[in-house]
Amino acid sequence: MIRAHVTMAMLVLMAGFIAFDAVAADPLNPYAAPPMLALGSGMAAAGAHCAAPPPT
Amino acid sequence: MSQAASAAIPSSPGAASRLMALVAVAAVVLAVALFAGPRYGLLLLIGLGFGLTLEGFRFGFTGPWRRMILERDASGLLAQLICIAIVASLAFPLLAANGAELKGAHAPIGVAMIGGAFVFGAAMQIVLGCGSGTLVNAGSGNAIGAVALPFFAIGSFAGAYHLTWWTNLGSLPVMVLSGGQGLAITLIGLAAIAGLALILGKRGSHRLPARYWGAILALAGLAILHLVVAGQPWGVVYGLGLWVAKVVVGLGGDLSGSAFWSAPGNQAQVAASVLTDVTSLTDFGLIGGAALMAWWRAGLASPIGILPARAWVAVIVAGLVLGYSSRLAFGCNIGAFFSGIGTGSAHGWIWFVAAFAGSWVGVRIRPSLGLEARK
Repeated sequence: MIRAHVTMAMLVLMAGFIAFDAVAADPLNPYAAPPMLALGSGMAAAGAHCAAPPPT
Repeated sequence: MSQAASAAIPSSPGAASRLMALVAVAAVVLAVALFAGPRYGLLLLIGLGFGLTLEGFRFGFTGPWRRMILERDASGLLAQLICIAIVASLAFPLLAANGAELKGAHAPIGVAMIGGAFVFGAAMQIVLGCGSGTLVNAGSGNAIGAVALPFFAIGSFAGAYHLTWWTNLGSLPVMVLSGGQGLAITLIGLAAIAGLALILGKRGSHRLPARYWGAILALAGLAILHLVVAGQPWGVVYGLGLWVAKVVVGLGGDLSGSAFWSAPGNQAQVAASVLTDVTSLTDFGLIGGAALMAWWRAGLASPIGILPARAWVAVIVAGLVLGYSSRLAFGCNIGAFFSGIGTGSAHGWIWFVAAFAGSWVGVRIRPSLGLEARK
């Protein structure tokens, strides 16, 4: 077994998970997507982050 | 050179193969931009940049700490501190002028946070990979990273599931350094650690190899671009836990028992496409970028090393611990140390001290787990 097998397995798993999510999650809507840049958008940053304090 | 010897040397992919790979990557990024939104395509591209940088310059966070502890080689740690200083110098003014649109990696200091950082530091030395390191290692064909990654994700999900209980053990309010004064304190703090590392380090540690300078500049540029695009700093571990939460819900599981996963924002993110989650996109990019770079320079042909069973058990347990503890610690080397200090969070400094102490322990535990030759 060589490293290429591990890399290929990771890429297949990643693609498989994205495919699973495409079926299970809400459909994508690019027309409701935020502007390309948060800076200058006038919108508050809303993405999740590991440093965000937990909900109270 | 003999025929046998030349056959053993893996050849780099040809120009046509490289061009096809670049076209394929561009097509994936474009597809995400078209179907999810331009911001998400750009975030995937930034993630690919992180992966290419970390693998291409052979730069990371765990190895330099290990070399500082074992060999007194401070050069890698110095490179990390310089990179954070550059990020802070640009991020502090951006955050000060655009507080409504941009946010830092700000978290509270607490009992569980400190304990989590210590344990994370120990576990990352066992698998030789932090949050970003495990993703890059897995992408570049490292079997230890690939085995640790799914358990890292399960641990991250579980840590987030229990996060409120842990933070209720005792936390201070979120403390943030901001503005010119905050930046000055941050830069002085980074300089003080660098000075201490140079005093404790062996002679010549101040001379950074050229590849470190490449990594410093590329990582700092990508980190600032990430802040501008996403409105938040680079992070890793939220996305890993989210992947498991999606699988649990997809299999009919119920997350209402967790204050964290049942919070409206997290419920919405579990229901939404993973291609709209900031950290998931950069995590995918880290794996893909590392894979691309490893393939590009013919680094995928080497055989996988054989390890004893107890080493694989250790990798699985360490993966779970990495994920769980990184949620309690409010981030890994990226979310807490790199982005936390770089955007003024006091918890980043405490995280660094606790995780470095944990690393000191982890470096000494590792040989007994069958992951390296015992000395």
